[in-house]
Amino acid sequence: MERNVPMEHLLPDTLPKFVHSYVYMFGILTVAALVWIIATGTVLVFFGPDWWHYSPVGHFFNSMHFWAVQAFFFFMVLHLWAQFLMASWRGGRHWTWIGGWLLFLVSIIGGLTGYLSQNNFDSQWIAVQGKDAMNAAGVGGFFNLLNFGQMYGIHIFLVPVVLIVLLAAHLLLVRKHGVVEPLPYSGGGTSDV
Amino acid sequence: MSRAVSYENSKYPQMPYDLIKEMFVALGIMGVLVLLLAAVFSTPDVPALTAKQVVQQAPGLLVQTALEDLSQQDPISTYGPPYSNTPGAAQSLGPISPQTWMGVQTPVNSAQVEVIQPLEKAAKVNPALNQPLSIWSQANLKQQTAWVSNVQKALKQANIVNSQLVLPAAQSPSYGPVPQLINGYLALAQSGMLEPAIDATNGPVPATNRTDSLLLLQDESLADGQYADKLNMTGDEWGIIKETGNYPGAVWLWFYTLLYHIPPFSNSDSADLWVVLTVTIVTLILVLTPFIPGLRDIPRGVKVYRLIWRWHYREQRRNQVNKS
Repeated sequence: MERNVPMEHLLPDTLPKFVHSYVYMFGILTVAALVWIIATGTVLVFFGPDWWHYSPVGHFFNSMHFWAVQAFFFFMVLHLWAQFLMASWRGGRHWTWIGGWLLFLVSIIGGLTGYLSQNNFDSQWIAVQGKDAMNAAGVGGFFNLLNFGQMYGIHIFLVPVVLIVLLAAHLLLVRKHGVVEPLPYSGGGTSDV
Repeated sequence: MSRAVSYENSKYPQMPYDLIKEMFVALGIMGVLVLLLAAVFSTPDVPALTAKQVVQQAPGLLVQTALEDLSQQDPISTYGPPYSNTPGAAQSLGPISPQTWMGVQTPVNSAQVEVIQPLEKAAKVNPALNQPLSIWSQANLKQQTAWVSNVQKALKQANIVNSQLVLPAAQSPSYGPVPQLINGYLALAQSGMLEPAIDATNGPVPATNRTDSLLLLQDESLADGQYADKLNMTGDEWGIIKETGNYPGAVWLWFYTLLYHIPPFSNSDSADLWVVLTVTIVTLILVLTPFIPGLRDIPRGVKVYRLIWRWHYREQRRNQVNKS
């Protein structure tokens, strides 16, 4: 670990001066939104999935959870676009790019299972409508959108665990390679992979 | 020391940086943003549609659903895998048909699961149901289908009064035990216990797997679809990526949902399979962008990077001018 990512790179006290744009905030704002998702989700889990339907406090925590998710995806998509436009896979950073996509795809499963865990008409409608795509893909028998217990379990345990592991690997790779260097003004420069 | 030299970032001019401080600032900004959005906009929470609501607001719809289930003419009995074994029902693209390959994994016998077994539970507290249930179970499928068909034909002259189906006087051939079963079913729905009775068939109470009760009203032409239409939540209205009340939903699935609105996806019997395969292929291409010439060169072509790193390029030019 120390050989691959020395401490001065893991927690740097300097950064290259070219890191001078608001686009560099998108990644850390996505991480911050995830922290709020986990914090509000933990409160919701503690009081149970029916709490937010009858308690105004529960409803407020559900609203925070909901808007943190919207912010999470908003900044993650901006981060993704920014990294694409900077060709951030250059210099051996392709695993960082692929890992970022895995994070996005697992987050989509998190969003879907979350919507299905709401116990209201939205979850009912998404379940009965979404099942057709799952069944057509051949996975509806074991990833059953109509099975609340399965969706809730995946949402509150499996997805967060996988997200945290993938995020740790993503951040380690970012620190291992450092931030991507600017493209030459004319657009040539270092190889992509 | 040699490590630092080989670290590409070290070759550029540096500025002080505090990662921990930045993380706390981001957490603070996000916390304020989330608190404000939650306080101002809240979240929608339209209760799930229940059989009790249906029996109170559109009892004819529940009668129609139960009769279709009893005669196995309902959408799930002819759905194909994973619920039923209906030849030709599975979606396919030429030889590609994952739905067929995976087979019937969660079989649903609609007559039994959605109607008869819940009524058998209800018979424990309403013994009057035992006789019609016994007559039904002793009849063969042809006889059962004939009874249901006779009731379906008589529905135009029927009324529903106080959650009881009142049919025109039975002619020959008769309705069999179907009217009593339907009335027991309406009463069970009226009590609010229909869904738990359906879901408790294969497991403990309270059930966490609601597959069977959700399949009861699932079809777009049945209660769920009509309710969704009232709430502007149908597929044509992008109902899958928004929440009730026009709140944003899974808007990040816009591309997936868009495909359902355009040919060839929109007019295919295998639209779901088309869409899933297309999204899978597009996603794979995007994941593998670093390895795909042309695609990976787009950023160099659109040149937005010049805007992102404008400060860096300005500094470079200034240094060059100073040197010269």
